[in-house]
Order: sequence, then C-alpha cells, then structure tokens
Amino acid sequence: MADGKDDRNDLDTNGGVSRRGFLGSVVPAAVGVAVAREALSAPAAAPAVAELPAGEPAKLTLVVNGRTHKVLVEPRDTLLSVLREKLGLTGTKPGCERGECGACTVLIDGVARYSCLTLALEADGKKVTTVEGLMEGEELGPVQKAFVEEDAFQCGYCTPGQVMAAEGLLRENPEPGLDEIRHGMSGNLCRCGAYAHIFKAVDKAARFRKER
Amino acid sequence: MAPSIGTSVPRVDGPAKVCGSARYVDDLVLPGMLHGATVRSDVPRGRLLGVDLDPAFDWTGITVVTADDVPVNAVPLIESDQPVLARDEIRHAYEPVALLACEDRLRLAQALRHVTLRVEPLPPVLTIDDALAAREAIRGADNVIKRYRITKGRGGAAVEGCEVVVRGVYETGWQEHVYIEPNGMIGWWDGDTARVEGSLQCPYYVQKGIKGVFGLPDDGVDVTQAVTGGGFGGKEEYPTLVALHALLLAKKSGRPVKLVYGRQEDVEASTKRHPSRVEIASGCDRDGTLRAVSIRVLFDGGAYVTLTPVVLSRGALHACGAYRWEDVTVEAVAVATNTPPNGAFRGFGAPQTIWAIERHLDRVARTLGTDPVALKRKNLLRLGDTTATGQTLKESVGVEECVEKAMAASGYVEKRERGPVVTGRTARGVGAAIFLHGAGFTGSGEKYLKGKVAVDLLPGGRARVRTGSTDIGQGTETVFRQIAADGLGIGVENVDFAVPSTANVPDSGPTVASRTVMVVGSIVDAAAKELRARLEAEEKARGATRSAAWERLAADPARATSLVQYEPPPGVVWDDATYSGDAYPAYGWACDVAEVEVDLDTFETKVTGFWAAVDVGRVINPTLCAGQVEGGTLQAIGWALTEKLVTKDGKILNPRMTNYIVPTSLDAPPFTTTLVEAAYSRGPGGAKGVGELPMDGGAPAVAAAIEHATGLVLDRVPMLPEDLFEASVKGGAR
Repeated sequence: MADGKDDRNDLDTNGGVSRRGFLGSVVPAAVGVAVAREALSAPAAAPAVAELPAGEPAKLTLVVNGRTHKVLVEPRDTLLSVLREKLGLTGTKPGCERGECGACTVLIDGVARYSCLTLALEADGKKVTTVEGLMEGEELGPVQKAFVEEDAFQCGYCTPGQVMAAEGLLRENPEPGLDEIRHGMSGNLCRCGAYAHIFKAVDKAARFRKER
Repeated sequence: MAPSIGTSVPRVDGPAKVCGSARYVDDLVLPGMLHGATVRSDVPRGRLLGVDLDPAFDWTGITVVTADDVPVNAVPLIESDQPVLARDEIRHAYEPVALLACEDRLRLAQALRHVTLRVEPLPPVLTIDDALAAREAIRGADNVIKRYRITKGRGGAAVEGCEVVVRGVYETGWQEHVYIEPNGMIGWWDGDTARVEGSLQCPYYVQKGIKGVFGLPDDGVDVTQAVTGGGFGGKEEYPTLVALHALLLAKKSGRPVKLVYGRQEDVEASTKRHPSRVEIASGCDRDGTLRAVSIRVLFDGGAYVTLTPVVLSRGALHACGAYRWEDVTVEAVAVATNTPPNGAFRGFGAPQTIWAIERHLDRVARTLGTDPVALKRKNLLRLGDTTATGQTLKESVGVEECVEKAMAASGYVEKRERGPVVTGRTARGVGAAIFLHGAGFTGSGEKYLKGKVAVDLLPGGRARVRTGSTDIGQGTETVFRQIAADGLGIGVENVDFAVPSTANVPDSGPTVASRTVMVVGSIVDAAAKELRARLEAEEKARGATRSAAWERLAADPARATSLVQYEPPPGVVWDDATYSGDAYPAYGWACDVAEVEVDLDTFETKVTGFWAAVDVGRVINPTLCAGQVEGGTLQAIGWALTEKLVTKDGKILNPRMTNYIVPTSLDAPPFTTTLVEAAYSRGPGGAKGVGELPMDGGAPAVAAAIEHATGLVLDRVPMLPEDLFEASVKGGAR
C-alpha cells in the first residue's frame, strides 16, 4: 500500500471502478504511516510512539525544491500547512484537507503524495518538490509548459496538484500510454472538466522531457 | 493586424496558474490577520433561545459575533429574507448563528466546540410534497416562494383533444458545485471603508450586500476578486454572506479576518442546484406532429428565497424545449423547505426542465414506435417559428445544423438501426438530446442591469479593459482581450485586463447567465471601436501617425477612456405581467449524443463516447469554447450518473468528495465537439453565450443511451446502479 503499486495493479483497467483508481493512484502517505505504526507496536498496551504534549514543537529539516529549511513544527502539522504557512510556498493548494481532491499533491523523494495527508515530520530529511520547484529559472518546466500549450485547466486551482501528479507519473513512467495517463491522473479532481486537455498535456510533457 | 477573434489565443492567466504564483484568497496574508469560523445550527427548524459560551473555556483573544452585532440583519437580494446571522428562528440545519475569530486556528477549532446553541426544535418541512401539503407553514400559508404561468394558443387543455396523449413525471435531485477552491473571503476595515477580497463571481453583488448591511455608500465599500478557483454559479450570490461574516468579525476585532470554508462546510452550507419534479402531458398527431403540452414545474427553493424566482423563471421558459407547440400551458411553482437555500448553478433551472422534456419526447417516440431523434427533428423550432412565450425567432437558429453534425460525427442513425450491442454481460447503446439555452438575462433583465465597461488607452500603445465581469476559469480575461484587440486593431498582447475591484471597474452586471461574451463582450467591442474612431479622427485632425495620436489621447484623461453602457436590442419586447414576449435576445442551440456501456450484472454505466454540436453564434476562441462545452458536459454526466446528495432529517449524509462523487479522469469520455456558427447580429463578431448550454443536454442524452442499451427507462436523475437495478426489477431488463 505504501508504494501504491499494489493498488495500481488492482485497478480495473476498463475504469469500471474509477473511485478505486482515484484512491490508488496518488498515495495518501499518512495511511501508510498508520499501518507502519500499528505493525511496530508491541502486543502489549504500551504505545510504540511516545505522545508529545500538545503544542510541543519538534525540529525538522526539509529539503524543498533543493533548498534546506530547518523549521519548528508541531507533530500535528501537515506537510501542506508547513509548506504554505511556514515556508510561504502557496502554490500547493488545500481543497479538502482529507486526501480527496489531490490539489495539494507534491513529490516526496520523487513520488507523488497528498501533502494534506502527510505529517510534516514524515518528510523529515526527505526531498520535497512543489510546483514552484518545477520552474527552470524563469522558464516553465516541461510539464508546466505542456499544460499551458494544451490549455489543460480552466480555474487553475487543481492545477498545481495536476502538474505534480503528472511530474510524478512521468518520473515513474516516462512514456505512458493514454490509459496509463488516465489512471495515473485519477487521484486529482478537476471540476472544470479539463481532463481531455490534461491527457494531451501529459503526453506532450513526456515528449518535452525526452527532447531535453 | 490579423484578427484574433476566431483564433485560439493561449489563456493569458495560464503561466501564473501552472507555476503556483496565481494568488487565490487562501494564499493571501494580511498583517495581524485573524482566522474566522462559523457556528451553525444542527437542526433543520427551530426556535433559537440562546447562544451560550462555555464559562470554563478561556475566551481570551477570541472574537465572538452574534446577531446582536449585525447592523441590518438581512442579506440584500431579491427578497431580503435571509438573516446574516439567525436571531430567533432556525430555518435549515446549517444556518449561521454566531461567528468566531482567533489568530490561532487550533484554538479557534477548540472554541467552536465550546459554543452551545439552545434550540427548541420544530417539525421541519423537508420535501416538495411536505411543502405543498402545507401542514407546517414556513412561508406564508402555502409555502410557495414564486409562481409563473405561461400560456400559448388554447393552452394545455388542448392536449386532451389530440390523437396521441402521453403523460410522464420526471425528477432531479440536488447537485453540489464542488468547485475545487472552497468559498473564502478576507475582510478588513480601512477607517469607515469596508474592504474585502476573495473568491467570487460578482463583485457588485457583494458590494450591494455590504452597503445594505452596514449602511455604507458606494465609495465606502471596495470588493476585489482574488483569483477564483471555479464557481459554476456557486459563487454568484453565496460569497456575499461569507464577505459579510468576515467584515463583522473584522469590525468587532479591529483586525483583518480571513474566513475560508472547509470542504465539508462548503458542501453542507452553500447553495446547490434546485431539486425538481416536472409533470408533463402532451398531445400529438399519429404522424408525430407535436400539438399541445401541459407542464407543471415544481422546484424546491430551500430555506430562503435567494435567486429562486429567477431560477424558476428560466426553468419555466425552457420547459417546452427546442420544439414547436401550438398550445401550451406551463405552471411553475417554487416552494420553501427547511433545507439549505438552493441557488445559482450553471444552467440555472434549465437543466431540470430540459431533462424532463427530452425524457418525455423519448417516451412519446416510444409510444409512436419511432426514433426519438426523428420525432424531435420533425418538430424543431425554425426561423420564423414562435416559442411558448410568443417570441418569433428572427435570426441565429443553428439547431438543424447541430443535429446534422452530431448525427454524422457519432454515427447515431447507424448505431440505433443496428440496435444495442450486447457483448457478454455488457450492453452498449446511444442516445441523443436536442436543446436550447437563452443567452443573457431573462426578459427585461438587461434593461434594468445597465451593464457598463470601460476601455482605456494607456501610454506605450497599450490598452486596458475594465469590467466587473470576472474570469473564474471560463476565459473572460482572454476573450475580452481578443475582442478589444480586434476593435482597436492592435495585437492581443497589447491589451491588459484590470483586476476586478469595485473601486476600479464599472458594474458590468453579474458574471452569470451566459451573458459575459454576448452582452458584456458586445460593449467591450463597442468601446474599443469607439476609441479606434477617436484615434482615426485624431490622426486626421493633426496629421499625426497612429502611435503619436495614441500617445496624445492616452495622456489626456478626458479622451483616454471609452465607457459604454449596454443597450438591449430594439424590438425586444417582454411583458412580465403576462410572461410573454421575447424571453431572451438570442438562444444557443445544441445536439448531444452519448454512447454508454452498461454492465448488466452490476448496472454500472460508463459513458464511452460523447459528441456535442453546439451553435455559439461565433467562436471567439475555439480551444476555450470547446473547453466550456466539454467541462459543462462532464458536470452534466456527473449529475446524471454519480452525484447524489443524500439527506436524512434535513442533514446531508455525504458532504465530502469521497461520498459525493464527481467525475474523475477515468469517468471522462472521449469528447468530439463541433462548433456551429449561426451568427447573432448583436453579439461581438456574432457570438452568443456558451457557459451554461452544455449543462442541459448531458443527462437526457445519457438516459436515452441507457434506454437504448438496456431497455430500462429512467426518469429520475441521478441514475445510480441501484436505480437501474430497481427499474430492471420493475420493468424486466434483458
């Protein structure tokens, strides 16, 4: 479950159970962690993780878009809130804060994750990439450029998440076919309904990345 | 300069949106800003006896606002019946009663749990039937919000004398907008001036609300649109309430206050599409010539009036569909219930009645033993025909071409003749819908609105459009630049679009009703052309070059700006008293064909192909226009197949995106969109509205395709697997 691959293999490729695909394609990282903690806990009642008093700050090192940040966070803080509120990286969007919409998708060590379901502490020492980090200097990166050229959005609110999900997909699978794109992007809702344009943009981005 | 109208100029706001630099309201931070939250009732109806703050909780640093703090406790709209905060009466289960603000969001969340409402519950009215029975009176004696009656010829009584009489009842449920950015506003006070910035469609609606509640003059209120993450009507009237709440907290705390809804709160409390029931009796000849129709339209308005009278009006005016009838009666009634107020949603009442008339004509075709499209084509409105309100169609009727194009592209006729394709336990079928959508405000609406825009000449050969029409993703910023650029004869890259703020842009009327391009765009065009004439005159008078003339005008405040007000076309006559005349200046027309696959074991329906041919008058930007058609259609497919809001005792049981299911990338069928151009003489370049039209046809096309595939007749939206199952048990599927 933690790497999401099992879920993806489980997909009905005819798209009959699309919601399963939705849940499977971008991994809610906190679910993985909860499972891991359960596995760690001894059969006895003693909790495996000591409870910190509420509000007790913890030190955290985040490598975001290649820059190292040392921040004080509370254990309850999500990666989403730390990125937006402590680091001012507001490109990553809250849409539901429950892992439902995908607007907050970022890459953690190159894998697409919902930052609203990832505790900031889970990303300690890891490489986090946000939509701001895909810029190449002043120029748009290949996925961003393809999204503009294919008009792959309307209101733009889900777009940072879509762009990051596409980036994650292409890192894992540099030449996805249409069905792989449709499944790979199924964890990110677009209510404006720009999906057909998004598929074209991901396909184009794959070519842009290859041409570099 | 090659014209830019008709070309796919890339979305101007694109780069900022893909790199994360576009600032939506929740991305904005003001110094000293507090976070706000809303305390809501949790019973659908009751008497509010008191708001209690837990004395054991530490309230330091927390601002509390109740009805006592509201200067004029009524949200100004059609009827000002909705309180800003409830004082005595609870009318729905998410009624705002008190507001809290605090710098720390954790403490804010804790404080919310320490507010108790003392409420004496009363029996609620929860459905249209409850409301009509009027055992409990929650509005007047009969719970009716609004009634309309449309009659033509001998009226619907003529149905009984017809050769073939068919009756049916068609229903639709709520639909939630689920814009990905929830509602949000930041409010602050600058001395006596109220300022808000946030997610909204209509800055001047919000301004009107603030003026009324706080007793402020026009220049005492400034409303600015932040980049807005989708609206679809859900940010037409609702943001006024959010802005008022933020400003009340800001006034009491003396600090800026950001009020951003969580997803669940947004689904529960904000407006939704009106649930409906439409009863139709129609009469036709044995050869399928439609003669007479009698239609009763019932809408559930929810707890307050909001925009219900206008939504009902549009529903009633679209109830006869795209067809000729000699004798018509439409009775439309909206009732009040103790559910969250329903309001604007793309299509604005028309999707409900188009659903009904399209399903009904499918039923008539079945009765006659003919193909539905053949029946519908035989009876389509043509140039020179009159609608149910007696409007004679004088121009821009592209419906026949839409039908031809959609038939050809989809292979509908061959697929219907071949019959449903059953492979194993999967059945495939096709279905169609033909429909129209009035562009602009109904009847005399535009006359009263007096929408205005300004175009300015700026130094350096640049121009700027100033308008209250907002871009909420549909592309206003881009297409208005195109229209202005062509009017001025300059490149689109030389035109700016001013941030919509009531302090800086004129009131163009609201961003609703498929009016932005057709109505407001036409005055952008007029203003740009007027400036061009000024430039030409300046050139001639002073013998200067165009660029010298430009700089001279741009430097002269008296001549740099053209402010144009919309004038409704002459000869458009509407009578509100008899509900007759020219209901809309022009109509968009369309034909949709859906192809579906139904799993005969699970009854899941998958849309495998969708063909839309849409008459938009003139295409300003082909890519953006097709995007509107496809996006609107996908919302219609969601409404048709998955979007079911479940309620119990007035509370919503599925207020999240995991259980209220909107289409994902796996649910989006391949779209083939054909844009048809039957020009409208008063639209810019001939353009009509397109925003709402695509919401109207998706559901009936999908239902017709399900019927073709399985023989199951579904008359209620949404059509979930369990609904198909139930229909199969009743009717016997293959």
